[in-house]
Amino acid sequence: MALIETEELSRVYDLGGANIIHALDQVSVKIDRGEFVAIMGPSGSGKSTFMNVLGCLDHPSGGRYLLDDVDVKGMNRDELARVRNEKLGFVFQGFNLLPRTSALENVELPLLYRNIAAGERKKHAMAALKAMGLEGWERHHPNQLSGGQQQRVAIARALVNNAPLILADEPTGNLDTKTSDEIMNLLVRLNGDKSITIVLVTHESDIAAYGKRIIRFLDGRIVSDEAVKKS
Amino acid sequence: MINLPSTFKISLRALRINKMRSALTMLGIIIGVGAVITMLAVGTGAGNKITEQISTMGSNLLIVFPGSISAGGIRMGGGTQSTLTWADAEAIKREIPNIEESVPLLNGSAQVVFANQNWATVVSGVTPGILNARDWLLAAGRVFTEQEVKNAAKVCILGQTVLSNLFGEMNPLGQVVRIKKLPFTVIGVLAEKGQSMMGQDQDDTIYIPISTAQRKIFGKGGFPDMVRSITVKTATLEDLGPAEKQITELLRQRHRLGPNQDLDFNVRNLTQMMNVTEQAVQILTLLLGAIASVSMLVGGIGIMNIMLVSVTERTREIGIRMAVGAGTWDIRLQFIIEALTLSLIGGLAGIVIGLVAAEIISSVAGWPTIVSPISIIFAFGFSGLIGIFFGFYPAYKASQLNPIDALRYE
Repeated sequence: MALIETEELSRVYDLGGANIIHALDQVSVKIDRGEFVAIMGPSGSGKSTFMNVLGCLDHPSGGRYLLDDVDVKGMNRDELARVRNEKLGFVFQGFNLLPRTSALENVELPLLYRNIAAGERKKHAMAALKAMGLEGWERHHPNQLSGGQQQRVAIARALVNNAPLILADEPTGNLDTKTSDEIMNLLVRLNGDKSITIVLVTHESDIAAYGKRIIRFLDGRIVSDEAVKKS
Repeated sequence: MINLPSTFKISLRALRINKMRSALTMLGIIIGVGAVITMLAVGTGAGNKITEQISTMGSNLLIVFPGSISAGGIRMGGGTQSTLTWADAEAIKREIPNIEESVPLLNGSAQVVFANQNWATVVSGVTPGILNARDWLLAAGRVFTEQEVKNAAKVCILGQTVLSNLFGEMNPLGQVVRIKKLPFTVIGVLAEKGQSMMGQDQDDTIYIPISTAQRKIFGKGGFPDMVRSITVKTATLEDLGPAEKQITELLRQRHRLGPNQDLDFNVRNLTQMMNVTEQAVQILTLLLGAIASVSMLVGGIGIMNIMLVSVTERTREIGIRMAVGAGTWDIRLQFIIEALTLSLIGGLAGIVIGLVAAEIISSVAGWPTIVSPISIIFAFGFSGLIGIFFGFYPAYKASQLNPIDALRYE
């Protein structure tokens, strides 16, 4: 039961002249529901491009990408927006919360674009915040919250639309070790309790070790794909 | 698909965050709308005033004046010659079609005395048709009869100014006033008209029968049947042009003037002169409206400018919204509504300022101003259109951002 399936996925940047960069070079991978995959690799290895394509933020140049058995290639902006809204939750390194906007409204955002009534939005958003242990913080703006709290608001936002997939791009990059552990444990719990599929990009081995499977990228290709041996 | 109330809320919040900037951006629209309202108010007021004055003067009027004296190469001014007669006036009425009234007029200034009061005014000898020709109404009494005109009866009709100066609150009907020492019985009082276009007090007048004026008051200097002017009223506005030509031709024959001889009279078309004035006011209103429109256009460009800045500033926000599933029109509407809100609030403020300015102009400068509801609706609607029009490009630009670049934007 594959949630994500790519076949010879490639992404080429033509920078003019003979300067063509293969950011993704024929990547074929299959990720099942309920998996927790860490993607590793040095800068420029193509892991971010891969995440962007998985997140329907970028178009692949070639190959196929099936998300939940739907071919994403050839969709227009609005169709992609809808897929992101219904199937995906994003967690970013820089949190990417709306400034001057309460935690609650930040979490409500995906529901807003799904045209859900205000009362319903609030109910779901409060539940998601509660699940992240942020009860009582819903009126606070991002600049009044700690880094860990902000990232938890972002995770609540990713959860609120019941998306089957969370894409986390260096979610602990801006956090200290203790907070990083907290956030990673939250993700592990979500993966375990709600069997939400998580794809995580990181360059830190100890963060990657929270996952169940590690895929390593180099020069746009997958160089290794192995299960994590839990010690 | 698109959630309007929430989108509106988001837009309002964005405007509140930059209160000062929003207010300054609105300034162009505020001034533009304020100017439109004020200009239209002044224009409408002036137009109404002119229409009112045309109606007090009487409509569809031609006035025939005598020509100028030319003796030994020296030409005197218009009206110095005494060439028109009462018979000319009657001939015009008799021989030219579509003439409603043709009223001879012989006037002069005279001292009018009643009891111990006296007043210098213009006394005009006329026929009863003057009431119809000049659109006078009677406040009291009656106009003189044909019989009284024929007999050169010593009866008179007073204007309101003469009435108040001689009689005060007293009832004048049946009283006797003295004009150039001759006793005249007051048989009627004219209703009030106010100032003419040239600022003359039209109520400072006395009407007497033309025959009386010719034989007993002013006739001494000229020949027996002389009149100073003939007021001609045509049935409709369209008759004025043909009537002007026909009168000229008729009087040329009656005065025995050869085809190469100068005319010894002039025909003036007063309504046409008034229409020219009215057109001038209309053109002025249009011009001022155009200036106001330009300032609104500038206001619109100001809105576009600020919206472009706002889109750039909020690139990351747009990226976040796109990442969580905002569609093209979600983003577009957010910015269009923001621009629309700016321009509509500016429009409302402009309407208030325009109303106040119109009020100040009418009380300080004494110009009549009329703010029509249509001008308010027009100005408000136009400011809304400007918001949508100039908000669209920034909104379009925002919706076309690449989500990856937008998310990475610092």
